[in-house]
Amino acid sequence: MKHVKTLNGATLKKSIKKGGTSCVGNQICN
Amino acid sequence: MIHQYKIKDMNIVLDVYSGAVHVVDDLVYDIIALYEKLDEQAIIEQLSKDYDKASLLEGLEEVCQLEKDSLLFTKDIYKELAQPFLNRKPVVKALCLHVSHDCNLRCKYCFAGEGDYQCGKEVMSSEVGKKAMDFLVKESGNRINLEVDFFGGEPLMNLEVIKEIVDYARGLEKEHHKNFRFTITTNGVLLNEEVREYLNDNMVNVVLSLDGRKNVHDKMRPAVNGSGSYDVIMPKFQKMAELRNQQNYYIRGTYTQYNKDFAKDVLHLADLGFKQISVEPVVAFDNEPYALTEEDIEALNQEYENLAEEMLNRKKEGKGFNFFHFMIDLSQGPCVYKRLGGCGAGSEYMAVAPKGDLYPCHQFVGTDGFVMGNVYDGITNKKMLNDFQHCNVYSKEACTNCWAKFYCSGGCSANGYSRHGSIHAVDELGCELQKKRVEIAIYMKAREMMEQE
Repeated sequence: MKHVKTLNGATLKKSIKKGGTSCVGNQICN
Repeated sequence: MIHQYKIKDMNIVLDVYSGAVHVVDDLVYDIIALYEKLDEQAIIEQLSKDYDKASLLEGLEEVCQLEKDSLLFTKDIYKELAQPFLNRKPVVKALCLHVSHDCNLRCKYCFAGEGDYQCGKEVMSSEVGKKAMDFLVKESGNRINLEVDFFGGEPLMNLEVIKEIVDYARGLEKEHHKNFRFTITTNGVLLNEEVREYLNDNMVNVVLSLDGRKNVHDKMRPAVNGSGSYDVIMPKFQKMAELRNQQNYYIRGTYTQYNKDFAKDVLHLADLGFKQISVEPVVAFDNEPYALTEEDIEALNQEYENLAEEMLNRKKEGKGFNFFHFMIDLSQGPCVYKRLGGCGAGSEYMAVAPKGDLYPCHQFVGTDGFVMGNVYDGITNKKMLNDFQHCNVYSKEACTNCWAKFYCSGGCSANGYSRHGSIHAVDELGCELQKKRVEIAIYMKAREMMEQE
C-alpha cells in the first residue's frame, strides 16, 4: 500500500484458536 | 474501535479489536478520522482543500481494503467467546509470601507503612511458609510451573526462613511434578557477598528497589535513623546486576511529585550500567504531599516522550536498555483471553501474611475485609474468590470504551479499590499514564520496525 504500512496483523483475532500471573502488554506466552 | 494518534513525525492507527497497528501518512490519517462519520463523497468534499481528488480516492481505497481484510474498524467479538475462559475453575499459580512485616528503611510512600502493613511487626515462621507451599501444590491442579515471590517489608530480614521454605519446596517438586520459580524484592540494605550468592543461585528474578538520583532516592527512602540509603545500596545493586549478567532482574524505582523529571532518574540508572529498569508512578492518597495529581499528567506525559527519544538514540549508539513500561510485543504477545482476564489477583495469585492469612494480592494485605482464608484451611471466602475471578475488562464500566483495555487488562484492582472502594473501579490517573505509555511503546516499536526495513 502506498499510504499505509501495517506493522503486524490481526494478532488478537489469531490468538482465539490457539490461546486460552501478571502485574500484560509485554508478557510472553506456550 | 480505532485509536489514532501522532507522536513526533509519525501517524499511528491502532485497530483495537484486531490488534493491528498501522503507520499511515497524513492523507489516510485524516480519512480514517472521518470514515465512520461521513460517506465517501462527504469525506472527499471535506478534505479537498488539503488533498487532490485522485489522492483522496487512492487513500479511501486503501482504507476500504483494510476494512475488508478485518484490519480496521473491527468489532468486539470476544465477549461471548471469552466466557468459558473467564468462568473456568481457576488454579492458584503464584503466591507472594510476606516473610517479613518489618523493614530497615522508612520509605515515605510505602503502602506497607513501616513494613508492617499497619498490623504490627512480625515475621513469617518456617511452619507457615511450608504450609503455604503445601497449599500452593494442592491448589495448583495440573499446573507444573509455580511462582513464589518473597516480599515484605524487607524479606532479607528473615533470610533463614526463606532458605527453609526454598529447600522444602524443592523437596516437593519430584513427587508432585512441580517446578518452583522463586523471586524476591529487596531494598538491598542486607545484601552482602554470601546473601548475593544465595539469591543468584536460587532466585530466577530479583527486584532491586532504588529510585534514581541520590537526592531523589534519599529524600523518599531514608534509613530508620533518617540518613540516606543510596550510598549504602547502590554499589551492592551494581554488583548484583553484573553478577546476573544484566539479566533476570529489575532495578525498580518510584517517582513522585518531587521528581516529575523522572526520565533523569531512569537515565541516571542507565548511566550506572543497569540494563533492566522500571521507574513507576507513586500510588498515593491525594492529601499526601508527594502524590501525583491530574494537573501533573501533561508534564508526566511529556517526560515519557523525552525518555523514549533518548532511549531510541541510545539504542542506535549501542547503549540501549529496557524500560519495563515501554516493553511491548506487537507481533503476538499474550492471547486475547489473557488480555481480557487481567492479572489473576484473588484467583490465580494470592498473598500470604506472616501468620498465614490469604489475601487477594500483596496490596490488599492488612486491608479490612479482604482475608480469603489461610494456608491451613485453604480458601474459605468463596464469594471473594468468585468476585475476583470475574473481575476483568468486561466487569469494569470504565473499560468499555477504552482503546487500551487489551494492553492493561483493566488495570490494578487494588488501585481501583483504593481510589473508589470497588475492585471493579479504576484509578483514572493511573489509566491516563498507562495509555500514554502504551502509545509510546507502540511508537518506539514502530520506529524500530520502520528503520530496519
